[in-house]
Amino acid sequence: MAAFASALGILPSPPASAYPQQRRLRSVKREQMQGCRSRRCSKVVSYYGLITPPYKLDALEPYMSKRTVELHWGKHHQNYVDGLNKQLATSMFYGYTLEELIKEGYNNGNPLPEYNNAAQVWNHHFFWESMQPESGGSPEGGVLQQIEKDFGSFTNFREEFICSALSLLGSGWVWLVLKREERKLSVVCTRNAISPLALGDIPIMNLDLWEHAYYLDYKDDRRMYVTNFIDHLVSWHTVTLRMMRGEAFVNLGEPNIPVA
Amino acid sequence: MALRTLASRKALVAAALGGARPLPAARGVATFALPDLTYDYGALEPAISGEIMQLHHQKHHAAYVANYNKALEKLDAAVAKGDASAVVQLQSVIKFNGGGHVNHSIFWKNLKPVSEGGGEPPHEKLGWAIDEDFGSFEALVKKVNAEGAALQGSGWVWLALDKEAKKLRVETTANQDPLVTKGINLVPLLGIDVWEHAYYLQYKNVRPDYLSNIWKVMNWKYAGEVYENATA
Repeated sequence: MAAFASALGILPSPPASAYPQQRRLRSVKREQMQGCRSRRCSKVVSYYGLITPPYKLDALEPYMSKRTVELHWGKHHQNYVDGLNKQLATSMFYGYTLEELIKEGYNNGNPLPEYNNAAQVWNHHFFWESMQPESGGSPEGGVLQQIEKDFGSFTNFREEFICSALSLLGSGWVWLVLKREERKLSVVCTRNAISPLALGDIPIMNLDLWEHAYYLDYKDDRRMYVTNFIDHLVSWHTVTLRMMRGEAFVNLGEPNIPVA
Repeated sequence: MALRTLASRKALVAAALGGARPLPAARGVATFALPDLTYDYGALEPAISGEIMQLHHQKHHAAYVANYNKALEKLDAAVAKGDASAVVQLQSVIKFNGGGHVNHSIFWKNLKPVSEGGGEPPHEKLGWAIDEDFGSFEALVKKVNAEGAALQGSGWVWLALDKEAKKLRVETTANQDPLVTKGINLVPLLGIDVWEHAYYLQYKNVRPDYLSNIWKVMNWKYAGEVYENATA
């Protein structure tokens, strides 16, 4: 009892000469108790992690080589994650979700230092999921209907997507977004790391137009890269899911109420 | 010499005229031509691979020249018609492609094979100015490398002379913006292209390695000449 009490620091420990063996045991126990106490009070810290694409790294061949995906995901995307975590260690944005970080960090066009890494982490994750092996072609059902409504035809949309991508000067992204105000689908280009999230729209699909995304496979031939993406890689399945979620936020038309 | 393909008469004449100057065409609209390199594509190895040099010159720079000429034609037509909004709308394409032509024309002159003096540090007036404005040559290299590596997206990093203030500065420009967009008094002494196309095939994502290696083929003699002319 006394041994236990003194281990908790309640009773004074006996003089060093008395019961030396017992004293050694008591000090070990004191350290253990103190250790437990400090562990219970320790701060839990969390970091962003790099999510793996939903397919093997060589699954997008021959339109995007394994070497490109390995570098693009394993180095570029990983570096953005590591850079973001390093910044968050001392940033007021620690604890924000990625979307919150992008919206706040954009700062109305004057991006804060954390913005670039956060947006690129998000954009690249969105990009990997926008693709699917042996996909492309054209969408079906509701998505096709919406595209035909907002672009005239799927062919028009495809042309506009490719044209937009080719007219982007420098690095950036080309997106299919659902515009909140106009309540329609639209193709937009953004420079560097700017995200439609920061501009208030709902992204549906994107394509990385930074040179690192296509230079190893296509060199300077951006047209071929964009054409292959839209014809063979874009995952209309993912687009459909994102549209369904987007429709929870944007009313795209009158509800169809059946007459009794 | 044998590797220098696409050396059309126009390009050779343009090179003789000093590279970036246009040739007058029949219609009166000046057309620009792709300047020739004064060294082989493979002459800058191992700092910059021959494959990159060839693509960079024959594809990227050539595209800037072609698109710049096309944009200038459209500009000419819009000005003749008095179409103000078309004139304004063309400005971004002109700045991009024209800037690309201007910047790359300087870039080819900034590089020199090791066998012809590339990589030799600056001497005399420019050397002293560097020591005065940056502390040491190594400090300048460190600053340029840091700014080049930190540049988000595509752009250029420059060693510039501020003619007004008579001081050297390290500046960066985005995309293909020429140095003058950062200050009307800035004269480019050295420019390093940090677009990914300038290094990706060889250095992949490791831009800092490209930056530290490019100093081995830097043509400080040319930079020194530009400096002396500007401060004369």
